[in-house]
Amino acid sequence: MKSVIWSRYKRELAAAVAYLALLVAVGAVAPSFYSAANLRDLLVNNAPVLIVATGMTMVIIVREIDISVGSQFAVCSVVAGLLAKAGAPIPLLIPALIAVGAAMGALNGWLIGRLRIPSIIATLAMYVAWRDALRWATQGAWVQGLPDDFQWFGLGQSRGQWLIVAAAIALLVFFAWALRNLRAGRALYAVGSQREAARLLGLNPSALVFGVFTLMGALVGLAALLNAVRFATVPSNAGTGLELKAIASVVVGGTAISGGRGTLIGTLIGTALLGTTGTALTFAGINPFWEKAMQGAIILVALISEVALGRLTHEPR
Amino acid sequence: MKPLLQVRAIDKSYAGVQALRDAHLELFAGEVHALVGENGAGKSTLIKIITGAVEPDGGEIWLNGQRVAEISPRRAKELGIAAIYQQPALFPELSVAENIALGLESGGLLARVNWRARRQQAAALLARVGARILPDREAGALTMAEQQLVEIARAIGARSRILIMDEPTAALSEEETRHLFRVIGELRDAGVAVIYISHRLEELSAIADRVTVLRDGRTIGTYRMEELDRQQLIRLMVGRELSAVFPWRARKLGEPVLELCDFGSSTAGIENINLTVHAGEIVGLAGLVGAGRTELARAIFGLVPADRGELRLRGVPVRIGDPTQAIACGIAYLPEDRQRHGVIPEMAISANITLASLDALASPWGMDFRRERAIAAHYVQRLGIKTPSIYAPVQTLSGGNQQKVALGRWLATEPQVIILDEPTQGVDVGTKAEIHRLMIELAAQGAAILMISSEMPELLGMSDRIAVMREGTIVAQLAREEATQERVLALALGQ
Repeated sequence: MKSVIWSRYKRELAAAVAYLALLVAVGAVAPSFYSAANLRDLLVNNAPVLIVATGMTMVIIVREIDISVGSQFAVCSVVAGLLAKAGAPIPLLIPALIAVGAAMGALNGWLIGRLRIPSIIATLAMYVAWRDALRWATQGAWVQGLPDDFQWFGLGQSRGQWLIVAAAIALLVFFAWALRNLRAGRALYAVGSQREAARLLGLNPSALVFGVFTLMGALVGLAALLNAVRFATVPSNAGTGLELKAIASVVVGGTAISGGRGTLIGTLIGTALLGTTGTALTFAGINPFWEKAMQGAIILVALISEVALGRLTHEPR
Repeated sequence: MKPLLQVRAIDKSYAGVQALRDAHLELFAGEVHALVGENGAGKSTLIKIITGAVEPDGGEIWLNGQRVAEISPRRAKELGIAAIYQQPALFPELSVAENIALGLESGGLLARVNWRARRQQAAALLARVGARILPDREAGALTMAEQQLVEIARAIGARSRILIMDEPTAALSEEETRHLFRVIGELRDAGVAVIYISHRLEELSAIADRVTVLRDGRTIGTYRMEELDRQQLIRLMVGRELSAVFPWRARKLGEPVLELCDFGSSTAGIENINLTVHAGEIVGLAGLVGAGRTELARAIFGLVPADRGELRLRGVPVRIGDPTQAIACGIAYLPEDRQRHGVIPEMAISANITLASLDALASPWGMDFRRERAIAAHYVQRLGIKTPSIYAPVQTLSGGNQQKVALGRWLATEPQVIILDEPTQGVDVGTKAEIHRLMIELAAQGAAILMISSEMPELLGMSDRIAVMREGTIVAQLAREEATQERVLALALGQ
């Protein structure tokens, strides 16, 4: 019984061990890593990534992928800036951005769930389309001259920072609960693991896929807003490389890229591990040029171990 | 004359189920040799062993008086063995010429393709089988018959000495069949040995020189075609002792639960189905592979649209558009392909069992995990699922135990109609007996059970009544007392 639970979560465990090792190592080399300011920066910087990775976890569990999240993120960031500049009440930005993101996600969901276009193609098309549409619309200009209460929602830096981190954690906890406790959560795992078997059980795979992508978009909208309020201007190239960061965090956290398996706790660990690497290298006095190489190595190790573990777990007794 | 191919004492079992035991086959150059047997008699397995697709557990294969040590698909091709299956295995996106060339060209992956020679060769081969097909056409756009001819052309081009044809006429019209027979006749005259598998017994006397009968994985014998009439052939195919003991006992039948009146589905190719299953009754659905049994089950369950006739549940006409509605109506369907359609492999046993009845777990706080544990533990115990924990992923279980999990999930929905599609296929003997016992128990509690089975003893031993399907419709229904192996098979074959 105990061994069953251990073996179910061994991937999350492996990521956690790697993360602890990183924390111990950097602590030994550079204790200043553990200064309050640095830890707070890490949390605030990674909170938007965590929100996107939360949605991405569910997309990957249902055996799809979304590489358009970075472009959606950029569109949402600019929309947030323009709305604020046009005088929209700041609290209203939250539902507005969730709706804008959800609309873009729903378009993905329609292409993938209803028309059955492979998600890698559909979201690749949207990745290019949104990014270039934005470039054309803004001519590359940043949104400047934002109202004062845009930054940190007018709450001031300290409270604003905690709000962002708390929102990311609350969303993660809520969806972790939902994946386990709601019918839709079960359905997600079932469809991701064996789509046809799930259909035979009366589940509706297309509706579920549509829903997951819509949710993904809504989370991207929220993440973009929470990210945008950290600065006094909104760049038109926000979210570059976000899709890779999110997917990598999910995979490193033990979610199977082949669907049907994964947890949000794992995603939390994966996001933390990849999000900390760069800063840890800087503190350890290593050239930060190594950050990407290091992250690549972590992803490779995670994928190779998935293959190895996959062999073990698929072997029938 | 020395035989071209000798298959000696072949044994093969899949996960504890014996598919072939001590099977023999002797094939001469220049003969058409028919291979017959019921569903599951071992024909496909024997063919797969000859073509190197599966490895036998024991036995020997001799070609031209020499023992062939190890046979792989590649080796079989080198030895001149080619097989043509019921579903043509062409690459639909490639042209006819490319399809033919793929089987012929030698050299490494870097060898240059000679397109002109390719096209000429393809055209010549197609002409030889009398097919008027342009080599540049896309293979996917051809009719079934044309695709079959392309496969034959490819086999001839590869200078095959042994040509295996599995139900080649199933999709052909009469005219196309005649043409195919002419081609086969020419091949025979040219010294090719043809292994011909077909359920159409009338064809065999027209085309085959000799026939080998398989039954339960054993070779019963090889006969000259003119020695046997159809009745004798059927007797050889089924003539086993019904020795297995089934837990069947007489039960009192209740009201009609499932009634099909002129029921049919044009997409699934079934029509005019009239069938009633009563409470407490087990109705066996017999028929050859492709007769429409699984299609009927899928139409009842709403997986394919039923557009003809009526389906009544306890006298009330219902329309079932999708599985959700079917489940809501109290219908359960245990599909044939357990691996792909039955269980969710990555999920825990407990979650698999409750997946079709999640409503029962609803509580204000989300899912009631204590109740889930209780339900799962109940069915694990009732079905005797052997596992260290109800939280183990289903993929770690044996095939028989996976089937029990799939069954347990449907029992948890407390269905009134249970459709079982080959419920004991590929499970071990012990599990099989347990599933049979459970079926009787469920029927005794009032469930209406429709069982599809290709295993004659199981059909005869478990059913209160047997409905025989052929070519998409029910051709006869036999009461338990009137059903014999010969009658069922003769009806399924249309004799």
